[in-house]
Amino acid sequence: MSALLRPYGDATGDGRVQLSFTLPIASSERARQAALELARKMGFAEPQVVHMKEMGPDFSFFIVYGATAHSVDPAGLTVAEPDFPLLPSPEINRIIRDSLKRQLVVVGACTGTDAHTLGLDAILSMKGFAGDKGLEYWQEMRIVNMGAQVSPGEIVAAVDEHAADAVLVSQVVTQRDAHIFHLQEVHAALTEAGLRDRLILVGGGPRFSPDQAPALGFDRIFGRGTKPSEVASYLAWKVGRRAGLSEADLTRAATLA
Amino acid sequence: MRTSAPFFRPLGRLRIDEGVLAECRELATEIAAPVDHLAATHTTTSIERACLRLVGVDGIEGRGVEAVPIPNRVVDEIGASVGLERGALIPFFDAVASCGGDIDAAADAIAGRALTPRWPQGADRDDAARRAKEAAAAAVNCIEAAATARRDVVERVGEAERPWLYLIVATGDIHEDIPQAQAAARNGADVIAVIRSTGQSLLDYVPFGATSEGFAGTYATQENFRLMRAALDEVGEELGRYVRLTNYASGLCMPEIAAMAGMERLDMMLNDCMYGIMFRDINMQRTFIDQHFSRMVHALAGIVINTGEDNYLTTADAVDSAHTVLASQFLNERFAFTAGLSEEQMGLGHAFEIDPDVPDQILLELAHAQLIRECFPNAPLKYMPPTKHMTGNIFQGFLYDGMFNLIAALTGQDIVLLGMMTEGIHTPFLSDRDLALENARYIFGGAAGLGGELRYEAGGAVERRAAQVLEECRQMLRKVADIGMFAAIEAGMFADTVRTPAGGKGLAGVVQRAPGYVNPVADELSRRLGIGA
Repeated sequence: MSALLRPYGDATGDGRVQLSFTLPIASSERARQAALELARKMGFAEPQVVHMKEMGPDFSFFIVYGATAHSVDPAGLTVAEPDFPLLPSPEINRIIRDSLKRQLVVVGACTGTDAHTLGLDAILSMKGFAGDKGLEYWQEMRIVNMGAQVSPGEIVAAVDEHAADAVLVSQVVTQRDAHIFHLQEVHAALTEAGLRDRLILVGGGPRFSPDQAPALGFDRIFGRGTKPSEVASYLAWKVGRRAGLSEADLTRAATLA
Repeated sequence: MRTSAPFFRPLGRLRIDEGVLAECRELATEIAAPVDHLAATHTTTSIERACLRLVGVDGIEGRGVEAVPIPNRVVDEIGASVGLERGALIPFFDAVASCGGDIDAAADAIAGRALTPRWPQGADRDDAARRAKEAAAAAVNCIEAAATARRDVVERVGEAERPWLYLIVATGDIHEDIPQAQAAARNGADVIAVIRSTGQSLLDYVPFGATSEGFAGTYATQENFRLMRAALDEVGEELGRYVRLTNYASGLCMPEIAAMAGMERLDMMLNDCMYGIMFRDINMQRTFIDQHFSRMVHALAGIVINTGEDNYLTTADAVDSAHTVLASQFLNERFAFTAGLSEEQMGLGHAFEIDPDVPDQILLELAHAQLIRECFPNAPLKYMPPTKHMTGNIFQGFLYDGMFNLIAALTGQDIVLLGMMTEGIHTPFLSDRDLALENARYIFGGAAGLGGELRYEAGGAVERRAAQVLEECRQMLRKVADIGMFAAIEAGMFADTVRTPAGGKGLAGVVQRAPGYVNPVADELSRRLGIGA
C-alpha cells in the first residue's frame, strides 16, 4: 500500500483537480487552446476547459479540470512546529481572564525618530489589518497606544503608570540598523528600571525576523505581514503559561498555525 | 441590468410602532445638540486648511517624503504668529493684499517665512475681510457648480438604474486603478470606490499629485480624484450611463478631503459621525467638529454620504448588536440634517454579517434590512456584504454573497457593495469582480419584481424581530441621551470601545473660537444651505 497522495476526484488515484484563471486575451478558440496548453504545462493530463467567459474586450476567464501527474509523500515533509498556538477570539479573552482575573494591559509605541505608526496602529487599533481586528477588539485587553517618537524613558513611565503587562515596540524605518538599536534601547531602559522581568516584551516591523528575539532580549519578534490575532494569541498564551495554566488548557481550542 | 420591474423601495410591509420611531428621532436630536454646539464654537487645523484649499491654496514645499503641503505650512505659520482662534482666512487675505492680490504668492511667502502673518487692523482688516468674502463666494460657487455639472452630465449621458452596484479598486497605483475601474464599469459597476492607502486616515496632511505607491490602496489626492473622475466620465459616455466615484472623507483630514471631493465632482463620500473615533482612535472633539464642516461641503456639492454602521457588526455580534446600527443611523441622520444634507444624500450604512450558523439567520437579515428600509424611506441605503464569516471557502462565500444580494433586492437597498468570494484572502482578482457582477445580475434580474409582492405575517417572526431591534435601539438612545454623547462614548457604549474626550489623535488641532472668529467659507456654505454655521 503506497503512502503517496494524489488528489481524489471521484476515484482513488484519479488525480483530478479543478482550477480557474484569467488570461489577458479576447475569448476565442485560440484563447481556449491557450488555456488548455497552459494546463498541460502545469502538469495536468487531458485538461478540459469547462467554462470560458469573456470579461470585456481584453480578458477571458477559464474554469479547467485536469488530472495531475504528481503525487506527494506526506511522511517525507518537514513541518515547522509553531512556537505558540493560534487561538480563537473567545479563547484569548478566556485565557486572559483565567490567568490575570483582570484586563491585560498593553503599552505600544514607535520609538526613536520613526514617525511611522502604520504598523503599530494596524496591530493595536480596532480597525486592525487585513480583515483582522486589532488588539483593542479583545475586551480583556486594555491598550495604551503612545504613538510615534516615544522615548524609552516615556515607555518606562507608562509601564509604571498603567501597570502594564506587555510592551509592544514597532519599528518601520531601518536606516543604519536603527530598528535594532531602538529595540536594544527599550530593553536596556526597562531592565534598568527593574521592570523587564515582569513584562512580555514584543518587537515588530517589516525588517525583523522572529529569530532575532533572543539576541535583542525580547520575548518575541514579529515580522512583515503579522496579523493582530497572531500577536493577541501570543500574548494570551504567554500570560497563560506564566500563570501556570496547563498546555492542554491553553491549546484546547487552538488551530494549527 | 434587465429586470421586469423598476427599482422601488418597499414600504409599509412591517407594522412599525410610529411612537417608538418618533421617540428615537427626538432622542437623536437631543443627543446631537451639544455636539453641534461644539462644532459651532470650535475650528480645527484641517477645517482652516480646507478653507484655504477652497480659495485656491495648493502645492507642496520640499520633495519626496519630506514634502509638506502648502496649506499645512500656511496654517502652521498663522497658528504660530497670530493663532487660529479667529480663523486663518483674515490673516491670509491680509497677506494676499500685501502680495498684490496674488493668492499663490501670498501662500508661498508665508510658507517660505518671507512674510509673517498678522491680524490686520482698521482699513487693512476691512480690506482682508472683503477679499476673503469674495474668494469664499467664488469657492462656494465652485462647489455648487459640481452639483450642477453632475446633474447636467447625468441628464446628457443617462442615469444608472438602481440598485447601484458598487465595486472597489485598490491597486495602490492610480494609473493601474483607472483601467481596472473602467473594466468594472463596462462589466456593470455603477459606483467605483478607490480604497485609500492603509493609514492615510492618520496622516495630518493630504499627499499631493498623482500617486503610484500605496499600501493596499491608493492615496486620496486631488490629482488622483481628477484623473479618476475624468476616466469614469469617459467610460460613462461610452456606456450611456453615469458612473459614480467614491472616496473617503474620514480621518484627520476629513474636511480637506471633502473640499477636494467637492471641487473634483466626486459623487459619494464615506463620511461617518463616529467611525474615526471608534475605529481609528481619532479624538472625538476633532471628529465631531470636522464631520460638521465636511457635511456642509458634501451637502452643497450634491454628494451622497455613506455612513459606516457596517463596521459595528464586524467587531460586535450582528444579532446582539443589531440595534447599535440603527441607533448610529438615527445619529448620523440627525448630524446630516443639521449640516444641510437632504434625505436623498444620506447613504446610511448597514451590513449582512450574521453568523451563518445562527438558526434563521436569513430571516433575521431580512427583518433587519426591511426595518431600516421602513425607518428611512427616503434615504439611499448602502448595504454591505458579508466579510466576517467569509472563511476562505470561496464556494460557500459565493453563496453568502448571493443571499446578500437577494435580501438587498427584496428590501429595496439603493447602493449595494458587491461581495467578493475571495474576501479576506487577497485584493480582488479581475475575475472575482466579474463573478460578483454575474451573481448580482442574476439575483437582481430575477428578484427585483419579487420585493413588491412580499408581505410579512402580521405578528410573525420578521415583524417581531424588527420590533425588538427598534425597541432596543430606543433604549440605547435613551441611555445615551441621559448621560450625553461624550460620556456614552467614554462608557464604551458604541462598538464596545472606550474613548475619552481628550484622548486619541488630533486633539492638538482643535481650537476654540474666540469672539471675532471669521470664516467666510463656512458662513457662505451655511447661508446657501439655510442652516446655522
